[in-house]
Amino acid sequence: MTAYQSWGGYPKLAQQARLLRWRDAELPVPGDGLSVLPFGNGRSYGDSCLNENGVLLVARGLDRLIAFDPATGILRCEAGVLLADILRFIVPQGWFVPVTPGTQYVTVGGAIANDVHGKNHHRAGTFGCHVSRFELLRSDGARLVCSPAENQALFGATIGGLGLTGVIVAAELKLKRIASPFIAAETIRFDTLDQFFELSETSDRAYEYTVAWIDCLSRGRALGRGIYLRGNHAGPFCCAQPKIARRKLSFPLQLPFSLVNGLTLQAFNRLYYHKQRQRSLHANFYYQPFFYPLDSILGWNRMYGSKGFLQYQCAVPTRHARGAMREILERIARSRTGSFLTVLKLFGAATSPGLLSFPLPGATLALDFPNRGAPTFELLNRLDEVVLAAGGRVYPAKDARMSGDSFRRYFPRWSEFRRHIDPRFSSSFWRRVME
Amino acid sequence: MRKVLIVGATSAIAEATARLFAGNGDALYLVARNQDRLGAIANDLRVRGAPQVETEAMDANDFSRHRAMIETAIVTLGGLDVALIAHGTLPDQKACEQSFDETLKELQTNCLSILSLLTYLADHFERQGSGTIAVLSSVAGDRGRQSNYVYGTAKAAVNVFLQGLRNRLSRANIQVLTIKPGFVDTPMTAGFQKGLLWAKPEKVAGGIYSAIQRKKDVVYLPWFWRFIMAVINSIPERLFKKMKL
Ligand SMILES: Cc1cc2nc3c(=O)[nH]c(=O)nc-3n(C[C@H](O)[C@H](O)[C@H](O)COP(=O)(O)OP(=O)(O)OC[C@H]3O[C@@H](n4cnc5c(N)ncnc54)[C@H](O)[C@@H]3O)c2cc1C
Ligand SMILES: NC(=O)c1ccc[n+]([C@@H]2O[C@H](COP(=O)([O-])OP(=O)(O)OC[C@H]3O[C@@H](n4cnc5c(N)ncnc54)[C@H](OP(=O)(O)O)[C@@H]3O)[C@@H](O)[C@H]2O)c1
Repeated sequence: MTAYQSWGGYPKLAQQARLLRWRDAELPVPGDGLSVLPFGNGRSYGDSCLNENGVLLVARGLDRLIAFDPATGILRCEAGVLLADILRFIVPQGWFVPVTPGTQYVTVGGAIANDVHGKNHHRAGTFGCHVSRFELLRSDGARLVCSPAENQALFGATIGGLGLTGVIVAAELKLKRIASPFIAAETIRFDTLDQFFELSETSDRAYEYTVAWIDCLSRGRALGRGIYLRGNHAGPFCCAQPKIARRKLSFPLQLPFSLVNGLTLQAFNRLYYHKQRQRSLHANFYYQPFFYPLDSILGWNRMYGSKGFLQYQCAVPTRHARGAMREILERIARSRTGSFLTVLKLFGAATSPGLLSFPLPGATLALDFPNRGAPTFELLNRLDEVVLAAGGRVYPAKDARMSGDSFRRYFPRWSEFRRHIDPRFSSSFWRRVME
Repeated sequence: MRKVLIVGATSAIAEATARLFAGNGDALYLVARNQDRLGAIANDLRVRGAPQVETEAMDANDFSRHRAMIETAIVTLGGLDVALIAHGTLPDQKACEQSFDETLKELQTNCLSILSLLTYLADHFERQGSGTIAVLSSVAGDRGRQSNYVYGTAKAAVNVFLQGLRNRLSRANIQVLTIKPGFVDTPMTAGFQKGLLWAKPEKVAGGIYSAIQRKKDVVYLPWFWRFIMAVINSIPERLFKKMKL
């Protein structure tokens, strides 16, 4: 058994690990027929980055930069490099990553394999939309350069391909120019779900980054109230460089029980909503607190205790978005197993090259639930009913429990995808949803 | 801008340290056995800001090349301010107990090759009258234990050699730094079960970098190993010999 876990701490699975450190080396595929799976930085929540009784090919050691052209913003690097490392290096030179998830501690390989999205999805699409090519290493030793022009099918299968098509050893990204490391942002309190949709409609046209936090314990007329956050990269000479705290807070230990219970949940959600007295507040944020508020507490996932927690992120097409989101929030409020952080956003229409890419034009909602066993799983199954009926889907990067049947309906191109899987690769997630 | 030579530059600890030099705008001369790997590291360091990165493939056990390698480094970098020696292997203790050839091979790699390099480096720095010599030793050199005393012997010999060298070169104003890491999570220790005492190479690299800046003589990394080793060293041999360590 190794210490490798996913971010949700559920499920906990036993597997071996081999460390990758050199991009010119062959894959250490075991001779005994065990399956392998790349592992980035374990920021996926469920079991898509795990491989029970198999082998993880840990790619973090592939963390070298290869080339950067400060004139064009084209960056080539190995796939185990963290976005945090890239940002530390490019921000002072006036560049930014084109798409970033809510944590900077993900690897480039992991970002491609889940085709991650960020607060600018409505403008920029997914991470995969900005990858011009990558080098894929297969178990038979083949080393394939994939791009929209070469090995095109494998390019599309690997973006959002859940690590099943081979190990990405290096990639080329198109970065984004910025004039300042700050974001000029505004937070707006809203009282109903309808107000969220109205705010989104106006904001998505004028703002690069938009997202909302929802008080998921509110019910009735207040259902779906929350705080809307929108922002743009600030202009030059915006603000003074902030003093960055050198030592971050960290949640030091794994408790045997969860600190997230009804009481703390309610307190937190109320506090968050009422913290903002004014309807709207303007502020300039340094990029880190704006994009990565949770990263300032290292190991925050441990507050859920040893049983871990489950994330649930779904996307529902625009046509059904309002109704489905209302129904989901009602089902959660009724269950009283509310989520600590509930995030709501509208996805845009950009299409990704990825075959199994998660985002679709519509609304996306992300929640987390402490793992209370059967009742938690039952609630999530009931949320699946709503998402399925609305023609939506659930995000594999955050999943540990969706049924194979649901997966195949969420991602009808799974059978086309399956042809590109490397025969020696597998994951706990994949075996589960193929059952 | 400093001019830095790193022998064993493909080591995980050395690579992490080299990034700190590169970020500071220092020029580097990297030596290890595998040219492709050196090339990958050199590229990375250039992108991270090193104004000049040169590489040379050399086996540290090829003693006859040491002097020429150091001279070439000095000529190509136009001088030398810091030399970091990092190469090493973790001997198979059981195999060494069965074969002195094996033990000799390990002592060559982990001790004699370093003494040879230090001989030529000391010469250069003494003439120059400034600079830093830093060597990756280990806490394992502080006391012999049944589980890895061949490795410990090599490191202990290096430690004493460095002590003498420090004494000799202190008048010439040369820093001689003995680096004693504890458990570090690197390819060398890939087979070990990792626990609370284990550090990441980046963490150890930060310690090396700042020990060089602060002109230290001996540094334990992370710092708590100084106390662990003080305890271990204080156990009377009469008891120590019976412990399973
Ligand atoms: C606080 C937090 C906020 C988040 N916010 C968002 C968000 O806003 N949007 C979003 O989309 N996601 C979000 N996520 C999820 C996260 O971005 C993804 O799970 C991401 O893929 C994790 O990357 P990783 O490097 O940790 O990879 P892992 O989780 O280790 O692996 C993820 C997948 O990538 C594969 N993989 C890893 N490396 C390689 C490689 N070199 N080659 C091929 N396959 C590889 C693995 O096999 C696995 O299938 C968030 C996660 C956290 C913890
Ligand atoms: N890891 C630990 O827990 C730990 C603890 C205390 C001290 N140390 C010391 O720290 C140093 C660095 O080790 P590491 O942990 O970073 O391990 P590592 O990543 O395995 O690095 C060891 C390096 O030594 C090089 N090397 C081995 N034999 C060589 C030879 N004959 N000639 C030239 N180079 C040779 C190898 O380079 P190539 O194979 O590429 O040539 C390899 O890159 C070592 O001296 C080690 O003893 C490590």
